[in-house]
Amino acid sequence: MSVSTTNLPPQFEVVDRPLDTQMTISMGPQHPSTHGVLRLELVLDGEMIVKCTPDIGYLHTGMEKLFEYKKYQQGIVITDRMDYLNPLGNNLAYVMAVEKLLGLEIPERAQTIRVLMCEMQRIASHLVWLGTHALDIGAMTVFFYCFREREKILNMIEAASGGRLTPSYFRIGGLMMDLPAGFERRVKQFTDNFPAALDEFHTLLSGNRIFQNRTKGVGIISAEDAIDWGITGPSLRGSGVALDIRRSNPYSGYENYDFDIPIEHGCDVWARYMVRMREMAESLKIVKQAASRLAPGPVKADAPKVVLPDREAMKTHMDALIHHFLIVAEGFNVPAGEVYHAIEGSKGELGVYIRSEGGAKPSRVHVRGPSFVNLSALPHMVNGEMVADVVAIIGSIDIVLGEIDR
Amino acid sequence: MSIISDIVESTKSIIKGMSVTFSYIPKAKWTVQYPEEPVTLQPRYRGQHLLHVDELGREKCVACYLCAAACPSDCIYIVAADDPRAPEERTGVDERYAEVYNIDYGRCIFCGYCVEACPKDAITHGYNFELSVYNRADLLKTKDDLLITKQKQSPNYRVAFSDEDVDSEYKEV
Repeated sequence: MSVSTTNLPPQFEVVDRPLDTQMTISMGPQHPSTHGVLRLELVLDGEMIVKCTPDIGYLHTGMEKLFEYKKYQQGIVITDRMDYLNPLGNNLAYVMAVEKLLGLEIPERAQTIRVLMCEMQRIASHLVWLGTHALDIGAMTVFFYCFREREKILNMIEAASGGRLTPSYFRIGGLMMDLPAGFERRVKQFTDNFPAALDEFHTLLSGNRIFQNRTKGVGIISAEDAIDWGITGPSLRGSGVALDIRRSNPYSGYENYDFDIPIEHGCDVWARYMVRMREMAESLKIVKQAASRLAPGPVKADAPKVVLPDREAMKTHMDALIHHFLIVAEGFNVPAGEVYHAIEGSKGELGVYIRSEGGAKPSRVHVRGPSFVNLSALPHMVNGEMVADVVAIIGSIDIVLGEIDR
Repeated sequence: MSIISDIVESTKSIIKGMSVTFSYIPKAKWTVQYPEEPVTLQPRYRGQHLLHVDELGREKCVACYLCAAACPSDCIYIVAADDPRAPEERTGVDERYAEVYNIDYGRCIFCGYCVEACPKDAITHGYNFELSVYNRADLLKTKDDLLITKQKQSPNYRVAFSDEDVDSEYKEV
């Protein structure tokens, strides 16, 4: 049998290129420092970046479409899987958007617990960022210490909700259930011990000259550019803009807490690093205040058509049982309308837009993921930098690909 | 900056960093030697489901399909049947029982909605978490795998008391 040679691709040609030409290389999607499955198409001139094109979508799971086929309460478990380092923040953004549509009043204790858990989650998220960011640059020890501290937070989240990575602890109208016994004591143990660990990270990294040389003056983005690109969160505050949704549009009772918004004016990787390090201390302050404000009370809103009844009531009262069956089997009706609710996630402004046409399922859900918007500014930041600095810059904007691709 | 001060400064910062590392050598280790040591799980941990039975060994499930309706990933499959026998001889506590109760662990996301939905406390999350299999079809668990009387519990976990200190730093090593 003869093979036709007409349809074969042309043979590879070895070209002797002069050294001054540009070269295109692919970084990722399996590169360990791209924090997931991100591919960067880098055009290099020598070791300098001429052009950078992020290629996303490897982790696309169709979450926004999936929301349209799930009842409102079932959507909560999808949000866990977006930014998997900050699942409680995602839960909060989603449930608060639905609560805004329903006009629900959340009890004081539930709001305090939400703040408490979200701030612990923010510390956990920043710890993963710190560990992996330092690991990318070459400091391995910090990684283990960060994950040790994160383990304590995850144990507490597991104690409260039953899940470590995907807690789904917040429900529309309140919480899944109240905190377990002894939780305040464990929070106190954590808040007492964490400052020492934070000092350790500062000793290991902030005073390290290699780390300083790798991060200072690298990946500069000015405040004007950062605003133009829509960067939010610690990455924006590293450029000297004091924008924090917890302060500018307080939600869930954040207006009652005393905390500072750390800003740095370096506009570089180092500034973004310092902002997050200081933010962990601020979050710890909020955790302490929230833990001291925990007063006994209900954790679910008084809305029998939306919130599942207590198990005791469900087994003894016929009307509670009927509501239980209706909510679980058919969901609850949400009035028609559209709503956008933004919270300060660990990476920036995390907004959820929901359009309802009545009924038990939303007609459209859109998520404004901070990682996605922050990543879009990456080409601007890496322009003119060295290849080795790209990993430092990716680390400094703290992206999670699960949220970018959704 | 001259090269000498560069060297001095770098050495200083390395010594400072290594002092933290060395200070950990005599301290108690935080690592859990799984699977030689059991993992400590919290009481609310969501593991593989358990189907419960009453004191007479009858299944509590009445096949109301509420867990299947609550499930966000549609992984529960139930076939309801009638059992006309006398109450003591029945499979379930009620006349109506689940002839088939399957959970597809290839789809289950361990969210706990089925447990929250069950009006009879017939299904709860157990603590078994080692669910990996060699064949994808083995992820489909039937009533024989899920019933509390038949499910084999793994020796690799222990459940913490509700107010126990589980972070190993605080526990006695």
